[in-house]
Amino acid sequence: MKPEIITGAEIVIRSLQKESVDFVFGYPGGAVLNIYDAIFKQKHFKHVLVRHEQAAVHAADAFSRATGKVGVALVTSGPGATNAVTGIATAYMDSIPMVIISGQVPTHAIGEDAFQECDTVGITRPCVKHNFLVKDVNKIASTIKKAFYIAATGRPGPVLVDIPKDITAEEAEFVYPETVALRSYTPVTKGHLGQIKKALDLLIKAKKPMVYSGGGVVLGDAAESLKKLIDTLGFPVTNTLMGLGGFPASDEKFLGMLGMHGTYEANMAMQDCDVLIAVGARFDDRVIGNPDHFLSKPRKIIHIDIDPASISKRVKIDVPIVGDVKIVLDDMLECYGEVKSDHDKSRVKPWLAQIKEWASKDCMAFEDDGSFIKPQKVIQTLHKVTNGDAFVTSDVGQHQMWAAQYYPFDKPRRWINSGGLGTMGVGLPYAMGCQLAFPDSQVACVTGEASIQMCIQELSTCKQFNLPIKIINLNNRYMGMVRQWQEFFYGNRYAESYMDALPDFVKLAESYGHVGMKIEKSADIEPALKEAFSEKLKEKLVFMDFITDQTENVFPMVPNGKGISEMILAGDS
Amino acid sequence: MENESGALSRVSGLFSARGYNIESLTVAPTEDPTLSRMTIVTNGSDAVIEQIVKQLNKLLDVVRVLDLNDGKYIERELMLVKVKASNQYQDEMKRISDIFRGRIIDVSDNTFTIEVTGSSSKLDAYLESLDSESIIETVRTGALGLGRGDRILKA
Repeated sequence: MKPEIITGAEIVIRSLQKESVDFVFGYPGGAVLNIYDAIFKQKHFKHVLVRHEQAAVHAADAFSRATGKVGVALVTSGPGATNAVTGIATAYMDSIPMVIISGQVPTHAIGEDAFQECDTVGITRPCVKHNFLVKDVNKIASTIKKAFYIAATGRPGPVLVDIPKDITAEEAEFVYPETVALRSYTPVTKGHLGQIKKALDLLIKAKKPMVYSGGGVVLGDAAESLKKLIDTLGFPVTNTLMGLGGFPASDEKFLGMLGMHGTYEANMAMQDCDVLIAVGARFDDRVIGNPDHFLSKPRKIIHIDIDPASISKRVKIDVPIVGDVKIVLDDMLECYGEVKSDHDKSRVKPWLAQIKEWASKDCMAFEDDGSFIKPQKVIQTLHKVTNGDAFVTSDVGQHQMWAAQYYPFDKPRRWINSGGLGTMGVGLPYAMGCQLAFPDSQVACVTGEASIQMCIQELSTCKQFNLPIKIINLNNRYMGMVRQWQEFFYGNRYAESYMDALPDFVKLAESYGHVGMKIEKSADIEPALKEAFSEKLKEKLVFMDFITDQTENVFPMVPNGKGISEMILAGDS
Repeated sequence: MENESGALSRVSGLFSARGYNIESLTVAPTEDPTLSRMTIVTNGSDAVIEQIVKQLNKLLDVVRVLDLNDGKYIERELMLVKVKASNQYQDEMKRISDIFRGRIIDVSDNTFTIEVTGSSSKLDAYLESLDSESIIETVRTGALGLGRGDRILKA
């Protein structure tokens, strides 16, 4: 059959179909009008019209986080692309596979400061895994094929394809390549067996072993493999913020999250262990605190990661294993058979007893006399009402930490948040991406009155696409985390952290055609959440404005620059 | 690396974004027109150099990275120096140039332009041996390097 001759815009659409794209999140504009005209004529994927390009990228990002597929966003040139940058950088920091297609001014106008022109490839270069400017209609299909391949393989990340308007109008044969060959890009998948055996040797001889697993376990779909290995070894496990759900929180071997707001037992065990195995995690500053303090205790460190550059970046590694986390863990479990007889499991008993003692501090306990709404209690109740099975998205700040601490996740890809870049405003568009991917699932957006206003316009998108998201607004009338740092480290000088002139969120939600609720009493938390998640409101977006205790802080806390075991606990003054 | 527009800025952007130093950088196409070869002179601890190599390898446009310091290599840099060459200086200039195997490639009433090649440290030594008052301007290519013998860098 002779290949069809179609326009560049149609090639874009057909290429997306070839990649089995379900949703394209976007916003039209001059430079992408040809592409939008081609979208008008097709039925293979659904276009989700957002109200701001930043939200398009966030929603596509969340779609990817929740499903594991590559998220797709489409924006116009100039401001469309610059608005997308926050979303792209957010996805880049958390290694989320995405393809962003941006329109560009016609090739003859590039460099002439044309209307809505910007150097999109230049602006996005530091926050993408790779990007392309397509200057030949014959290269659109092969470039999109490469973009999807690069985004999803190796350490995943966003890839941007910038296409000038004239290129989408020209015609070419449509041939979608079956395979991609890039001489400079061959990601390693299988780990070195010698290294895996060396790691196992250390692990079975450890007296105080510790497993530290991160977002790589979630992204690499390795949760089941991790669980099998840990059940076999019987070692304690902690998850990073990005790794929550990668190991079931209800498992007795789980010590909770670690890091700046990690549990006492997880942080103490991290500091005190004699053999540490890091799985798809990167020893970042919010996790291990001051690296010099961390390294002041001797321990052997094994690190499994798909990105060689993540290994020995902040902390020197004794046994590096570069490879796909799932494949490496499966190989490790297989190799365990050979050394099983040498593994004396009783030698870790004193260590487990020590951890139990640390855990008895009950560092997550909080005072609640019922006079105020405690944010922690809202999250605990949310967990109860949703049977722990909701997709929970969050914005950034105190509410994010409480959601991470008080909603135990048993499954991967249920906890959707911006861990690396820490982007306020992601919560609502993240919930949109999840709800579109899983229309019959419960989706809760845990947010605060400051964060939610950064993408509040998306309440309109939610109405248009009938997304029954439940928004849990922990409203303490402060940028809570900023206020907490100002209280601890800036002598209670609350510079510009008070959110004055707040809207009436109930009326605001209602004006978009949603349901609004204001909850002011502790006793009303559970009835309100039950109502919001009831059959009656199943089809509705419910905006729940919880008026919470203004003075509540997130504990434990490792102050910036301190060691991971130098925590401030709730009882300390 | 791929001989493509944007490849150079990906590399230079990586150095500035991650706070690495570039002492010199030279780049030009190779005998294979799809490939360019870049020589970067940088400094840092072993850990920093290891990170630089890893981060460079992550760039899609970078085909291969070789740390020349891991083995024997040869290094050359080209410098053009314009010096004052009025009568009183001329013999002195000629003598020093000969010592460094420099060549006088342009002569005017008052100036000589001298071409010198060698390792970067040789060029530094040449400049130091001149009377600083006599130097009008200099331009250097930055260092290029090749591994010795069987040590090769190919795609």
